[in-house]
Order: sequence, then C-alpha cells, then structure tokens
Amino acid sequence: MNCVNNMPNSWIDFLPTLLQGAEVTIKVAVFAGIVAVFMSFAAGLCKLSKLWPVRTISGIYVEIFRGTSLLVQLFWLYFALPFVGIQMPMMTAAVLAVGLNFGAYGSEIVRSSVLAVSKGQWEAALALNMTPTQRLVRVILPQAGMRMLPPFGNLMIELIKSTSLVYFITMADLTYQAMVLRNNYISWTPEILLLLLLSYLVISVLVSFGIRMLERKLTAGRV
Amino acid sequence: MWDWQYVFEILPELVRALKMTVSATLCGFAVACVGGLLLAAAVRSRYMFLRLAAKAVIGFIRNTPLLVQVFFLYYSLPVLADIKISAFAAGIIGLGLHYSTYLSEVYRSGIEAVPKGQWEAATALNFSKWRTWRNIVLPQALPPIIPVMGNYLIVMFKETPILSAITLVELLLTAKNLVSDTYRVFEPYTLVGILFLAISYPASLLVQRLEKRMNLPRGL
Repeated sequence: MNCVNNMPNSWIDFLPTLLQGAEVTIKVAVFAGIVAVFMSFAAGLCKLSKLWPVRTISGIYVEIFRGTSLLVQLFWLYFALPFVGIQMPMMTAAVLAVGLNFGAYGSEIVRSSVLAVSKGQWEAALALNMTPTQRLVRVILPQAGMRMLPPFGNLMIELIKSTSLVYFITMADLTYQAMVLRNNYISWTPEILLLLLLSYLVISVLVSFGIRMLERKLTAGRV
Repeated sequence: MWDWQYVFEILPELVRALKMTVSATLCGFAVACVGGLLLAAAVRSRYMFLRLAAKAVIGFIRNTPLLVQVFFLYYSLPVLADIKISAFAAGIIGLGLHYSTYLSEVYRSGIEAVPKGQWEAATALNFSKWRTWRNIVLPQALPPIIPVMGNYLIVMFKETPILSAITLVELLLTAKNLVSDTYRVFEPYTLVGILFLAISYPASLLVQRLEKRMNLPRGL
C-alpha cells in the first residue's frame, strides 16, 4: 500500500476526503428532510381526517416507522426488498428510509400544532364562508406553522445525525469516508474520529442557527 | 417467497439475540439515568465553570451522531489511553452518555416543577444540601417524569442496532450473520422489524396509559 510512504503530516490532509463525504451527508439530509416534511404534513393532516380509513392508514404508517428502528428500516429497504423484486439505488433507499422514519415522528408535530390553534379561528373561517381548503391553508396552517418551527428544528438536527447510518449500506458519507481513512492510517484513529465528530457538530450548529434565524424572521411583529 | 419453515428455524436464534439487545438497552438506560442526573445537577451548580462545562458537554453530545461517538469510544480509547474496552462496555457507555444529555433535560423539567417553597422550607428546617435533594426535591421531581423516561427507554431500545457497528452481536447483527449463512435475506430482516415492533409498540401503549394515570388528580 502506498499509505506507508504517504503518511499524512497533519490532520489537515484528511479534510479533502472528509469534505467529499460531507457533500454526500448533506445531500442525503436535504432530500430526506424534504421527504420527512412532506410525510409529516401528509400523515399529520390525515390523522385529523373525518374519514376513519384515512386515519387508520396514517396511524399504521406512523406506528410502523416509529416502532421499528431506523437502521432496521434501512436494511429492509436496501437489502430485503430486492428479494421481492423491488430494487432501488443506494441514494433512494437512504433518502426514503430516513425521510419516512422522520416523517412519522414529524406527523405528531403537525397534528398537535394544528390542534393547538384555537377553535375560534376555525369558527371564524367557517363564518367567513371559506372552503375547507381555504380554512386550512389561509387560516390554520400559517398559525400552526409558527408552533411547528422549533420542534421541526430539533427534528432536523436528529435527522442530520441519523444520516450517519447510511454508512451501514456502504454509502460514501462523512462517517464512511472517515472509517476508510481510519483503515488506511490506524495510528491516526483518534484524530480522524475527533475530526468526524467536529464535522457533524459544525453542520448541526449551522443548521440550528439557520432555523433560529428563520424563526426570528417569521415571528417578527407577531405576538 | 416467504418460507415459514425457515422462519421457525431462525426464530429461536433471533429471540436469543433479543436478550442481548434488551440487556444493552437496560444497562445503557441505567448509565443514562445516573449520567443525566449528574448533568442536570451540574447545570444547576453554583460554580460557573461546572455549569459551562456541563452545557458544553451536553451541546457537543447532542449535536453529534451516536454512531460516531460509539466509534470514538471503541476505536480511539485504546490508542489514546491504552484502555481496551469490550464492545458491550463501549456500547452501553456510548448509548448511556448520548441519552444522559436528553435525560438531563427531562430531570431539569422535573426539578423546576418543584415549587420554590419546598426549597425554602428545606432551608428553614436547616436540611443539608444532600438531604434537601434526597428527601425533598427528588421525591417530588421524579414521579411526574417517569412516563417521559419510559419513552426514552423505548427510544434507546430502538437505537441498539447501531451498536452492531462495533461488533456487538445483538438482534440486527445476528440477522445479518444468518443472511450471510443462508443467503435468504427477506425473512431475517423482516423478523427483526417485527420483533422490534412487538416490543416497542405495546411498551409505548403502556407509557401512554401511565401518562394518562399520572395526569389524574392525586388520590384517584
């Protein structure tokens, strides 16, 4: 191996490889985040539906994805499903597993925030002769959305952290790249793993800072 | 597609592996309960240094993935400090430390809910600090947070498959080994999912019931 005469001089030499991994981690996190938010609203609003089949279906989705662990879901989507004829690329499996899992958790945020909007708002919208869609989109969701922002921020941090699990299906994310580096330079293990921890810390802190800014901007001028 | 005979063949082995998963969960939870209480106490400490240190530790652990923390414990400690720890020890310490930061928040909410008069009464009775915590504050702070702790126990149970990365042979790794022995993939992984669901769903219903009962007024 060329790693013997190609020993790194300092930890800076590890950064380019880690950056490559960070790109994959961020990609998975962004796509999975979109899936998670979409599923949160879909399942959360369906749970409030008047029709019981709709409520039941969304309930089953939520319980299955919250009741089994994310890593098991990832293995199932990527390794088990091909045996019943459904094969998907690594990226799709990763995004679906993380997105569907966090969507199940997010649906509770949506449901409870919508329920927390005071009843008078529903009645006022009804009195103004708005259609059900108008009521939801123009009156309820803008108010519920304010409440959802902080818990969704926490959920996104958890989501970013859990993208590290795609390492298990050999996707070249941050964790995977770091473990490859570790294999090549065993004596640098502590430095590499510490850098890896710091990389995740930087990403999470930046994201939570961004969400706090968004919150401040959206709640400006409101009580 | 679905081979029942194979299912019954591997089920005993998976159930045996479930024991490992459960014991890792319980040991990790014990670590988290103690660690969380210590962190919660440190955050409330008189000494600014201790407060800041506890907050920094909590922030760092909460913003990095459990998987990487476990890797760090298992692979770095032998190099750094010449301590060799088993996969099980690294696993429960990692899992426990990670969730102790979450539990410290839970403890905090419980402690803050104890009325201020209780602290003042303890001072008026000339109780020592230790006695105040043990006899006055904790007995009132702990019962209301039991359901939340129960929820975290379930969350930790579902996080144990991560420990398979450091060769802890729990449920998922057992299934993975079965897969590489027999090349049948669908049944083992599906069974793992079903086993997780079979434990965590009833457990979450139990916690919900507990929550409802705790919300009833005293004496009912």
